[in-house]
Amino acid sequence: MSEAAVKKARPKHLDLAKIRLPLPGYVSILHRISGVGLFLMLWLLLVLFDRSLGSPESFAHYKEIVGNPLVKLILLGLLWAYMHHFCAGIRFLLLDLHKGIDLPTARKTSVAVLAVSLTLTVVIGAKLW
Amino acid sequence: MVNRIVVGAHYGLRDWIAQRVTAVVMALYTVVFALRALSMPEMNFENWHAMFSSGYMRIATFLFFACLFYHAWVGIRDLWMDYVKPVGVRLFLHVVTILLLVGYLFWTAQILWRL
Ligand code: HEM
Repeated sequence: MSEAAVKKARPKHLDLAKIRLPLPGYVSILHRISGVGLFLMLWLLLVLFDRSLGSPESFAHYKEIVGNPLVKLILLGLLWAYMHHFCAGIRFLLLDLHKGIDLPTARKTSVAVLAVSLTLTVVIGAKLW
Repeated sequence: MVNRIVVGAHYGLRDWIAQRVTAVVMALYTVVFALRALSMPEMNFENWHAMFSSGYMRIATFLFFACLFYHAWVGIRDLWMDYVKPVGVRLFLHVVTILLLVGYLFWTAQILWRL
């Protein structure tokens, strides 16, 4: 790092409410949040998987559970979490391979991640419900 | 990084690689699953059941879950290491996470091999 860069006065605070993240920063923190959200709700997904495959009777029970509006809302949230984590995850894997590492490209791919995951959530969500 | 003295510790590289390999496996499975689900004529018990008991799908699904749980272990452990500093609490959370994920693995095996 050059002397000039070090001496440049920068605002120094770690107040989370004041830090304004650049777009790739949002993609990154949302990747963490979506991963944790999926982890916390794995039990629900496994209950549904279990019910849906047990028997015709348990399948009917599964249908009943997913018919509940609150469950629907949670599943829609998890669908977004998976889509975002999936798209952002692939972006991170490419960054690890040094693909798209320069700033303009990195900005564009973060916009793409946010847009694609939201679109997929809306399209799949609409198709399922 | 440059003048690192090698002492035999793996510096987390193995976990870093495992998280990425499992991510790739899950991504591939997601595409296969989506294609199979889209080609399902109707979402009912027979079709859904047939999808997971057919040939490669059962084992592929199990591998997906195994990767998921290992991936989640690395990710959640990183999270505890980032945010939870007291050693005792962190150890407790690590143990709870492991037990939960190992339990989930046996649960998915049971779901898939009862078909
Ligand atoms: C197609 C599926 C997936 C892909 C491609 C993927 C990709 C990734 C990648 C590349 C990382 C490393 C990120 C980094 O080090 O900055 C990561 C972290 C993580 N993943 Fe996934 N993942 C997938 C599915 C899941 C699922 C289903 C869960 C749910 C339990 C999950 C939970 C996590 C967690 C908790 C982290 C750690 C987050 C962090 O440290 O910020 N992932 N994922």
